[in-house]
Amino acid sequence: MQEIQLLKAIEQDARISVTDLADILNSTPQQVDGEMKKLAEEKVICGYHTVINWDKTNQDHVMALIEVNASPERDCGYDKVAEKIYRYPEVSNMYLISGRSEFIVIVKGRTMREVADFVGQKLAPIEGVKGTATYFVLKQYKVEGVIIDQQEDDQERLLVTP
Amino acid sequence: MNPKSLLNDVIGTIPPSGIRKFFDLASSMEGVISLGVGEPDFDTPWHIREEAIYAIEKGRTFYSANAGLPELRKEICRYLKRRFQLEYAWNSDILVTVGGSEAIDIAFRSLLNPGDEVIVLSPGYVAYEPCVRLAGGVPVIVELKEEDKFKLKKEQLKQALSPKTKAILMNFPGNPTGGIMTKEDFSEIVPLIQESGIAVVTDEIYAELTYSGKHCSIASFNEIKDQVILISGFSKAYSMTGWRLGYIAAHRDLIAAMNKVHQYAIMCAPTISQYAGIEAMAKGDGDVEMMKDSFERRRNFIVNGLNRMGLQCPMPQGAFYVFPSIKHTGMTSEEFCEKLLEKEKVAVVPGNAFGASGEGFVRISYAYSIDEIKGALKRIAHFLETC
Repeated sequence: MQEIQLLKAIEQDARISVTDLADILNSTPQQVDGEMKKLAEEKVICGYHTVINWDKTNQDHVMALIEVNASPERDCGYDKVAEKIYRYPEVSNMYLISGRSEFIVIVKGRTMREVADFVGQKLAPIEGVKGTATYFVLKQYKVEGVIIDQQEDDQERLLVTP
Repeated sequence: MNPKSLLNDVIGTIPPSGIRKFFDLASSMEGVISLGVGEPDFDTPWHIREEAIYAIEKGRTFYSANAGLPELRKEICRYLKRRFQLEYAWNSDILVTVGGSEAIDIAFRSLLNPGDEVIVLSPGYVAYEPCVRLAGGVPVIVELKEEDKFKLKKEQLKQALSPKTKAILMNFPGNPTGGIMTKEDFSEIVPLIQESGIAVVTDEIYAELTYSGKHCSIASFNEIKDQVILISGFSKAYSMTGWRLGYIAAHRDLIAAMNKVHQYAIMCAPTISQYAGIEAMAKGDGDVEMMKDSFERRRNFIVNGLNRMGLQCPMPQGAFYVFPSIKHTGMTSEEFCEKLLEKEKVAVVPGNAFGASGEGFVRISYAYSIDEIKGALKRIAHFLETC
């Protein structure tokens, strides 16, 4: 089976059925199912998530990007201090980066107060964390390749063309 | 006074496109799912669009050289070498045209004397026969067979050749059949072409949409390269149909002649589109791969779906069409398409719109999202159960 074609297909639509995938890949549902389980076990597939624009709900929601300065440790570099940070459920994404700080951490919460408390009381005091800079997100334009609030254009292609 | 009496004799013999009638019918209805278009559904990649916007901002909006911007012609040569190992000289062998359509027109206007025969493969793109006739030529139809996977066979070519034959027009990967010719397939017919000395007008607009294996251009056979007029363009590879940008690669003497028709009839291809074309060819290989991958997934999806409901079609190897036979339904192509449109509101194109030998087939395009295809397949299945 073409593993890459399978991944590309479900990257675009995580809800696509196994039978449709079998047609797309010229395969059988059993084979596709087995392949997907294998890829999940190997952590090639790390989850199936939904892109939600919480701004359109009545749910309070804030997100902040936090630059974290940290010191490395002998033997494990930044991994140990990273783990102390990403274990918190408030942290949705975390990356080790090049540049003037070590980590970018994305934190989600219900209110700015909640996120600020998390940074001040949980994140900043962690041993190995030397400093933080918090950037609250004011507006989302594009998330996971999806343009938020994109105006749906009318179908402009003609119905039948040669 | 009857205005029609002002028209010439040729135009009267040319029927309006069979697709037009169908388009009018589909457009008059609400809620139609169409699998009837001959263009990709992707937006032109943003970096290409942005380059055109930049050209406008910079005021690069004048005529270009007749043959096209030198930088674009150079980029076309690099592209043809990189993708298909074809060698052409940018300053003499390339002509930038208003889409592949203009290229076909000016090729025949340059090649044909009145009464010259042109071998045209059928079913084929709707413009071929009219273009030959409008240029004074006489189309000689060769019927491509489903059992041959819509390839041109040596025996067919042999039979069609006559002392009056001036050219053959090919289109692989082909609209509407999705058929291709491999290097081995071409090897069979190339000696005949060399011997007869006819021109080969090859429309390779779908070259980049060749699945399982790389596209082979007939221009790669050096023994006949001087006879070959290679036509291609940006519409299908980069999803740039509305930009109207194509090109011809051929021997310098043929290009010089076609450039005469081009300069007096057209002047030059739209300059803004040409700037976008430079960007597309220089940096668009990744876009081509992405779109081809996506088309391949949709092709598998639709072919497996159609086969399951009894519309047998072999896996087409190119373009973005499937061309299943509907003969077992007892309907003609037009009946099938009209009823499918009326009852289930799905638009596909009757095969006979692409020549008489397309009768008994329908062209189904898969330049649609998987969800759209899925919705249409459901309706087609219901139609087949109830018709």
